[in-house]
Amino acid sequence: MPENNLDVQQLIRNMKAGLDRYLQEHNRNNPLFIGIHTGGVWVAQQLHTLYRSSQPLGKLNIAFYRDDFSRIGLHPRVTPSSLPFDVVDRHVILIDDVLFTGRTVRAAMNELFDYGRAASICLAVLVDRSGRELPIQADVAGKHLDLETNQHVKLSGPEPLALEITTAE
Amino acid sequence: MTGHSIQLDQHGRLIHFLTTEGLSRQILTSILDYAESFAGVSGRSVKKVPLLRGKTVANLFFESSTRTRSTFELAAKRLSADVLNVNIATSATNKGETLQDTLHTLEAMHCDLFVVRHGNSGAAHFIARQVAENVRVINAGDGRHAHPTQAMLDMFTIRRHKPDFESLRIAIVGDIAHSRVARSKIHALNTLGVSDIRVIAPKTLIPEDIQSLGVQVFHDLDEGLRDVDVITMLRLQRERISNAVLPSEEEYFQCFGLTEARLRIAGPDVIVMHPGPINRGIEIDSQVADGERSVILQQVSHGIAIRMAVMAMVMGAAPGAGTGGD
Repeated sequence: MPENNLDVQQLIRNMKAGLDRYLQEHNRNNPLFIGIHTGGVWVAQQLHTLYRSSQPLGKLNIAFYRDDFSRIGLHPRVTPSSLPFDVVDRHVILIDDVLFTGRTVRAAMNELFDYGRAASICLAVLVDRSGRELPIQADVAGKHLDLETNQHVKLSGPEPLALEITTAE
Repeated sequence: MTGHSIQLDQHGRLIHFLTTEGLSRQILTSILDYAESFAGVSGRSVKKVPLLRGKTVANLFFESSTRTRSTFELAAKRLSADVLNVNIATSATNKGETLQDTLHTLEAMHCDLFVVRHGNSGAAHFIARQVAENVRVINAGDGRHAHPTQAMLDMFTIRRHKPDFESLRIAIVGDIAHSRVARSKIHALNTLGVSDIRVIAPKTLIPEDIQSLGVQVFHDLDEGLRDVDVITMLRLQRERISNAVLPSEEEYFQCFGLTEARLRIAGPDVIVMHPGPINRGIEIDSQVADGERSVILQQVSHGIAIRMAVMAMVMGAAPGAGTGGD
């Protein structure tokens, strides 16, 4: 059984340590931080502050890039994406709360490329859980969780950030 | 069942966009909110999102149009749809084919969405009733009846400048009688909570039933413009007006043309709108049309975002689909 009281702040510290190593190993300086709406933006905000980045924080809303539009239609609320910088030839850290099927990250990368050709994209997630449906892996994760398909991880926030694992009947 | 429920499915989602009349505040606000998200797409390196990839949009324009047709075309293309522009003036309808035959022919080509402009009031409703269950219809102007996407791009432009609808004073000036824009706008403004809506025109250009829409009628421009926040000028539809109704264009401009001097009667940060095409020197002075209070060109840009929003909404409400959440 996975533990049910996950300390989000500890996971963010884990992400920071992992990112430090990753950026150094890959020699990536002055990266851009981009969070995926909504939970990913909350996590990205904290990392952005920890790194004291001089660049503004980017926010992606992948609603217009989802692969299930023809099945479920538009998401009821779509906050506009905001990338207040040029991504061309920049190193990007793409941040989400939970990596599950990989479909959100695929959509986010498609959207990102419509803003320009980044030099590189690194994927950093708070929780890397089992259940991938696409060949997408996190470069940095606050925690890995092995969960059954009927188990769900949800980040609530923004103040305070809290993770909850629920099991559907 | 009301006459307008053809626009909604059983879950209350928009499936055709034919008129602003009868739609809830929630739906109108969703259109504006989605348009706000789509507006950003036009400023990016790649001005496209993949939402309607693989879908086919047919523009059926039985009346000529430049800005409406081209902004619908751009909107569809920015959503990655394929676009078919059917020039009806030179098409089979001139060879005796009925509207229904034309529609069924296009359906056989697997078009998913029809954008329709027609000279007869009610044409878009008629088409929406004829099409197959999975085909969507958007009204791009029908006779004197409705032009709902124009109304919504006006709402979008107003909200960008003056977000609090309930406190606004709004004047619509000119040829109300022939204007589908005015009708659609008044319905939308009412639904969004604007309580002070004024129509200003000579008696001959105001339909008798207009007060039933909850507007105040003025026949004196200076009186009607007092302290307004938004002025919409309407195009004098000269092609539809006989000399008996209107003596001369010069006289019309004297009484109802918007000039810099008259602009000073309105509120200090008034915005001036016009659905286009404008008749310079007839309903509006060039100084005003090109002046700093004018938002006429913003309206054109906003038209793309609004049309993207409406297309995405009606195409997203596919038969058998859920209600948009996950």
